[in-house]
Amino acid sequence: MIAIKIENLTKRYKDVTAVENLNLEVSSGELVALLGVNGAGKTTTIKMLSTLTEPTSGNAYLHGKSITENSLEVKKLIAVSPQETAIAKGLSVRENLELLTGIFGFSKQKSQEKINELSNILGLNNVLDKKASKLSGGYQRRLSIALALVSEPKILFLDEPTLGLDVIARSELWDIIKSLKGKVTIILTTHYLEEAENLSDRVAVMKDGKLLIYNTATNIKTLAKTDSFEQAFIKIVKGEVL
Amino acid sequence: MKMLTFAKRNLKEIIRDPLTLIFGLGFPIVLLLLLSAIQANIPVALFEIERLTPGITVFGLSFISLFSATLISKDRSSSFLQRLYTTPLTPLDFILGYALPFIPVALAQVIACYLVAFILGLKFTVGVIYALLFIIPVSFLFIALGLLFGSILSDKQVGGICGALLTNLTAWLSGTWFDLNLVGGTFKTIANLFPFVHAVELERAVLSLNFASVFPHLFWVLGYAILTIVLSVVFFLNQMKKQ
Repeated sequence: MIAIKIENLTKRYKDVTAVENLNLEVSSGELVALLGVNGAGKTTTIKMLSTLTEPTSGNAYLHGKSITENSLEVKKLIAVSPQETAIAKGLSVRENLELLTGIFGFSKQKSQEKINELSNILGLNNVLDKKASKLSGGYQRRLSIALALVSEPKILFLDEPTLGLDVIARSELWDIIKSLKGKVTIILTTHYLEEAENLSDRVAVMKDGKLLIYNTATNIKTLAKTDSFEQAFIKIVKGEVL
Repeated sequence: MKMLTFAKRNLKEIIRDPLTLIFGLGFPIVLLLLLSAIQANIPVALFEIERLTPGITVFGLSFISLFSATLISKDRSSSFLQRLYTTPLTPLDFILGYALPFIPVALAQVIACYLVAFILGLKFTVGVIYALLFIIPVSFLFIALGLLFGSILSDKQVGGICGALLTNLTAWLSGTWFDLNLVGGTFKTIANLFPFVHAVELERAVLSLNFASVFPHLFWVLGYAILTIVLSVVFFLNQMKKQ
């Protein structure tokens, strides 16, 4: 089943084209990594797919719902964990989760069950009553992802989820993301190539708003005639792989 | 329901910020005590408790603008709002969710000022009840100013514009610290074009049960409140669209 179908999606800001005629299909339960150097159009793509930014032209369908015509329906299907940690820092971890369960209209009992479930998955049990501003960077990211999962989204957008984390925190977050694979369709943007290689089913490489390649990490290495995914990425971005 | 959940979060953020207590409650009360002490030593009609209290309550509300603008601009800069924009919260939920929690905070601030004023010799009359009722549209004006500035300024700019400029404008142009008639001329004309002096005069009028003096001050306050609310909604929705 197709979870995301992108058709000629384009975003222009005055004289800059951030995303140009993007076409892509993502299957349900798949994890796709969006790769690219700064300014490639990854975040703009996610913003358009998550209805935060209107496309200049083109469209995308999330489980058949158009991002331009059915944005309210799309919002019910998705969740976003933005590039910066998006949490209410003055609230405790529990209060942050309660805020989201309240916004999504959960009953008190369902809210409690969801908080317990997400605390177990994200390893937040020991910090539930801690103020979010006092958490380490790794735990703030975990909370940010937990908040995104409250609504039981069918599609989850993770924008640079491990940016700035230490090796251990990153590895722990990778395990969490891996545990979500198959259950939720995930679009992940990252600058860490090993992250994309390890976590994703398929990788989309973008440059200057255009899609250069969309394939599995293994196939990308084969096409680039190298064993190193990093080398393959460099070759693709430099235009050395057709 | 979802709006109230969001409003509850905002109320928690406000009351957990120590600045709310220091500036929101502490500062107006300190000013009330200080100016009353001056009045006790060198009697000045302007600082008589019946005239001073309405001025201080209106001045105190300028901090409500600072708090609301700071909360919104911080949320905007931290991606927290971006996350919430992808939830089923509607634009109306956002606007009410930000505005409503400040109403009890503003009223608590005003009530605290009156409680201190009673200790300082203000007599409890039905005028105090009217003063509390008529402070509500004044509160709307200052809350909307916060929503407006929070929607267009960064959290650093909010500190300068609301923390310095707005509080000073409210102080200088309100006739609380000095009689505008003493300065007169262009200064008085400019002051009368702003809502602050009208808010103070409105409160002084109802506190002294002098309802004949309510107008035109009430019209100025309501006019500015409506205009600011409309502008704040427009600018909030505009920044929401820009996300």
